[in-house]
Amino acid sequence: MLSLDLFANAVAAGILLGGFYAAVAIGLAVSFGQLDIVNIAHPAFIVAGSYIAWALNRHLGLDPVLIGLLASPLFFLAGALVYRVYYAAFERTGQESLSGLAFFFGLMFVIEVVLILAYGVDYRLVTADYIGRSIRFADIELPLRLLVPFAVALALTGGIWLYLGRTFTGRAILAVAQDRLALQLMGADPVRVKQLAFGLAIATAAVAGALLVVIGPVEPSLGRAYIGRAFAIVVLGGMGSIGGMFIAALMLGVVESLVATFVGPSWSPAVSFGVLLLTLAIRPSGLYGRK
Amino acid sequence: MRGHAFWISLGAILAAGLALPLALHNDYYFNALYVILQGAIMAVAWNILGGYTGYVNFGSAAFFAVGAYTSIALGKAFGPSLPLPLMIAAAALVCGLIGLSLGYLTLRLKGVYFSIATLAMAIVFETLINNWSYVGGARGAYILTPDSHLWFDSYIEMLFVLMLLLTLAAVAISRALNASRLGRGLAAIRDDEVAAECAGVPTLRLKLASAAIMGALMGVAGAPYPYFVTFVDPASAFSLFVAVNAIAMPMIGGTAHWIGPIVGALLVGTMQQVITVTVSSELNVLLVGGMLILFVTLAPQGLVGLALKFRARRAR
Amino acid sequence: MIKRRSFVRASLAAGVISLAASGSLLSFAAQAAQPIKIGFSMALTGGLAGAGKAALIAMEIWRDDINKKGGLLGRPVEFVYYDDATNPATVPGIYSKLLDVDKVDLVVSSYGTNEIAPAMPIVMRKKLVFPSLFGLAVNDQFHYDRYFQIMPAGPEPKLDWSHGFFALAKEQKPAPKTVAIAAADTEYTLNAAAGARKNAEQAGFKVVYDKSYPPNTTDFTPIVRAIQASNADLVYIASYPPESVGIVKAAHEVGLKAKMFGGGMVGLQFAAIQQNLGPLLENIVNYHFWVPAPTLKFPGIDAFLKKYEEAAKGKGVDPLGQYLPPYAYAYMQVLGDSIEATKGLDQAKLAEYMHKTTFDTVVGKVKFGKNGEWAQSRVLMVQYRNLKPNDLEQFREPGAQVVLYPPQWKSGNIVYPYKQ
Repeated sequence: MLSLDLFANAVAAGILLGGFYAAVAIGLAVSFGQLDIVNIAHPAFIVAGSYIAWALNRHLGLDPVLIGLLASPLFFLAGALVYRVYYAAFERTGQESLSGLAFFFGLMFVIEVVLILAYGVDYRLVTADYIGRSIRFADIELPLRLLVPFAVALALTGGIWLYLGRTFTGRAILAVAQDRLALQLMGADPVRVKQLAFGLAIATAAVAGALLVVIGPVEPSLGRAYIGRAFAIVVLGGMGSIGGMFIAALMLGVVESLVATFVGPSWSPAVSFGVLLLTLAIRPSGLYGRK
Repeated sequence: MRGHAFWISLGAILAAGLALPLALHNDYYFNALYVILQGAIMAVAWNILGGYTGYVNFGSAAFFAVGAYTSIALGKAFGPSLPLPLMIAAAALVCGLIGLSLGYLTLRLKGVYFSIATLAMAIVFETLINNWSYVGGARGAYILTPDSHLWFDSYIEMLFVLMLLLTLAAVAISRALNASRLGRGLAAIRDDEVAAECAGVPTLRLKLASAAIMGALMGVAGAPYPYFVTFVDPASAFSLFVAVNAIAMPMIGGTAHWIGPIVGALLVGTMQQVITVTVSSELNVLLVGGMLILFVTLAPQGLVGLALKFRARRAR
Repeated sequence: MIKRRSFVRASLAAGVISLAASGSLLSFAAQAAQPIKIGFSMALTGGLAGAGKAALIAMEIWRDDINKKGGLLGRPVEFVYYDDATNPATVPGIYSKLLDVDKVDLVVSSYGTNEIAPAMPIVMRKKLVFPSLFGLAVNDQFHYDRYFQIMPAGPEPKLDWSHGFFALAKEQKPAPKTVAIAAADTEYTLNAAAGARKNAEQAGFKVVYDKSYPPNTTDFTPIVRAIQASNADLVYIASYPPESVGIVKAAHEVGLKAKMFGGGMVGLQFAAIQQNLGPLLENIVNYHFWVPAPTLKFPGIDAFLKKYEEAAKGKGVDPLGQYLPPYAYAYMQVLGDSIEATKGLDQAKLAEYMHKTTFDTVVGKVKFGKNGEWAQSRVLMVQYRNLKPNDLEQFREPGAQVVLYPPQWKSGNIVYPYKQ
């Protein structure tokens, strides 16, 4: 059954899925990879983004991805607010590792329950023109339902990578991760820079949420399934590296897809996380991480 | 707490626990107490590696579930008449070994990398058990309540007393660690591992011991679980709640002192039990989440930390 | 002339008698007004909450209907329930509380095997009648004689579940030869797949693909493509709602060709999913328990569904309620009728009555057989036809879901093959 056609299609499907995983992980790559904030609640924010996308898609008929982009400023503000609380309670006093973690666990549950109270527990799905259609490229079938999220994720990753590398505030974010004191001496306020970065991370959740609900149905507790994958991708790619994160996400998608096609899907999680454990054992800084 | 006072209190609690089945005949209280005690053992165990040594374990559910599945596997292999203490001992051994290998992992990984690795390990174990059809795999396993419950009125009363014994043993071990040279070594590792190594602390050996003890205790907490719940499947045994509670309880109680996890477990566990049978709806999850945020923001050293601060302020 | 002493004695006697009479009348009235408490746990949060909440709404409709008619045995009916959060560990504690502290008179189950099984030991120890809501083959392990399952799986639940799918396949000419089976790694789905495997073998089909997948799989394209590569004639899937959606969409995108496709997919019976998938469901043959077909117009079902739709508005649950709610209502009907018929709450008498009686409910005639399962299987095989996109109303009409099997409920003929 080792046909080339099947193999090529499995790799293609894996790449598309990996792109989506990158959209899920990019916010964490900024908040966790750059700022060392263990934001366990990031997938919960993504699910919240899914619900916003669903609600406006249902009532106004707008395209979900468009809604995601429109909602991102709102999520940016929410992120900035959450960071303010986090800073005041934990970072300032140096408690961040464990207490910060517990804080985000609590936040994750609170977001879940608010979604249940607001929208109920039934599965929600969106409708869009491109859901259900595929395009053919050589012998490879590319469903638009996955191609569109891949394209958006690529654009998002590229955009953030450029922002961090080319703009002043972006470089300030990179700097605050590397050397906070030096940044202060350069005249930038590290707290405000971090607030900006965290806001940006949560803003990506709005877009990732829209992509999530395009791919499949959502319900409030769906975020829990993505916690492991998101952190695994950031660590595998290397803390602080956006490009590394994207490559790690693609790798994860392709491994999952190949194992699902040729071995048996029920072994996929073991293989993916086994790869992570191996990487951590051999090279803890990940593929492209800073030391 | 002084040595004598400690052992006398333990004895008193044990006596009270043994007397409880004579006074109370409502199985409900024993069910609730079982769950609270299970949480307490998990919290005490977690704190040994997390609070004392400073290595945060995200994968507590894996140890708990492997302990439960050890019971299930032995039950299938040797029949249900195998005594529970034997299954508990086996679970302690298996999970202790897993904890030991986790300890070796700390050689390479520190801080948050270690935590992510524990998460990955938990998922790998869950997948392995999902695919192990002998114990039912993803289909789950039924464990029928055995007929014998010794001299107790009901099976759950016997489970409660068993759990109480295990909890008291775990607390004694934890306190012994806290106060001993071993405990001071662990604290040194938590504060600054490199400095501790330079000062001559045998960090690797201590970390291995700490991880192995944590693993064994969590396995012990999981071993009687199949007999409590009758139907076990990997999804519920490896559930997120087990892992979150194992971290939340010591955090809320206080991680530095051996009594912290107990305080946290009693508070959080009791609250969860009460809320399940009163408010009982989405608000239950909201309350737990909100409580976690509140405590962690306002009392980062836990309740025990608050109490110690209060006492220090009074002394001035 | 009445002597004074005898007058006093007589009036004293009269007074005592009337006091006793009014006293017993009062206590009888108090007893009569004392509510009958029915206790249970239900998944109101967590993975099964969507169905759990819908079931609760249906059960409350029954309770209100009964109380409007004066209650059971002249006493009002009250529910005492707690959220088990789709977490089996909470169930023993909850049922313990219901029985020992809240002192409920009767218990019924929660929804789903994971939540029903943990309550069995307590219920068996106290020898209570246990009407249960949708668990597959739970009693195969316990063999409890007071367990009653309202899901119409049949006396051999695991086999009866997929029997219809393969029976239909066997009737077709030219006969199909190969089968692909895919199931989620969870209890129900693996049991359904095991049954499908056996049914396929018994029917003489060859299984060419047989794999399971983890429940939180995001993309099903690789799996569907692998199934496609196996060239199976029949594709049997056992899945939960989010996966069912993913598989149907992937099948469409990959261009899956098969003679029959469907089988045991949960979720294709839910209104929100049906509306969203619309034409993608065309020609899929899947299990169901009730559809608005002319052969299934049971007395009371339309009235019930109307009440349900009204009650479900704004609650974030399935708006049409064709899958679980009618059965949730029916199993309360079974309990209520048994209580009225045996004129009391004696558990042994109730169990005996439930075993021997054929009940009339909103889902038709209900008769229990071996192990408390339905004496006769009524797992319907339904085919989706002529569907328009994004239209909820079409699922209220008979044409959209055609019953193909069992023969006595058949409302149309199969369109075969699914896609060539």
